[in-house]
Amino acid sequence: MIDVAWSDFTPWTALAGGLLIGLAAALFLLLNGRIAGISGILGGLLSPSRGDIVWRLAFMAGLIGAPLAWLMVADLPPIEINAGYPSLVIAGLLVGVGTRYGSGCTSGHGVCGLSRLSLRSLVATLSFMAAGFITVYIIRHLLGA
Amino acid sequence: MKYNLASLFAGLIFGLGLIISGMANPEKVLGFLDIAGLWDPSLALVMAGAIIVGVVAFAVARRRTLSFLGFSMKIPTSTHIDKRLIIGGLSFGVGWGIAGFCPGPGLVALGAGEIKAAVFVVAMVAGMAVFELIERQRVKT
Repeated sequence: MIDVAWSDFTPWTALAGGLLIGLAAALFLLLNGRIAGISGILGGLLSPSRGDIVWRLAFMAGLIGAPLAWLMVADLPPIEINAGYPSLVIAGLLVGVGTRYGSGCTSGHGVCGLSRLSLRSLVATLSFMAAGFITVYIIRHLLGA
Repeated sequence: MKYNLASLFAGLIFGLGLIISGMANPEKVLGFLDIAGLWDPSLALVMAGAIIVGVVAFAVARRRTLSFLGFSMKIPTSTHIDKRLIIGGLSFGVGWGIAGFCPGPGLVALGAGEIKAAVFVVAMVAGMAVFELIERQRVKT
């Protein structure tokens, strides 16, 4: 059965952060009429067309600049990256190809797609969630890494 | 100008949400994906919080032809469920499970100055470039 890691579980900050992510997606949708899908916004920069570049860079600047904005007020919470460099390269390649091929990631399909009750996004979300669960199971419990 | 400022602002709020929620930390994401170990359900609450707000926003957006700043609404219309969607999702999920990074948190951790996140992001952009090249070949033939 499932053992919950109660000492790691952070329900209030998780919910607060989730509401902020939802707010960001809502603002982007209601002000600019677009889906806040990170992989799509980034990937679109690789086949740029006129008038379609600056807003993408602006969104990326906001996202990448968020830790700097945070640091003006408080220390950043820990970021623990235990994967080694070869794993990070393989993971990055798979995430890059996979999100573009499947037209979205955790934000575009997971947050925005489920919010608009898209069956297509639900199928995508179940696909990457299932693959994520299985991969971690294999790495941590079968290979014992 | 308004469009770009709104994009910057949305990106910033999104990033702050990822930091507060703990999702910029791959170890915490992996704690959610590890259901056979000690399971950290936090990610589910992040999704729930985001979707609660998102449902309202999309309900409002659906009734509009122009955004509140007067831009055209670009909401996806595809409902097609095909191999591309599922194979793409599965590949993404394997990568997500290996490192604990999906695109947003990878970029935020890069902004926090993490060298390992930079390596992940470079590989991710390379993966996206591979996709572009394959797609261009496919369109030509």
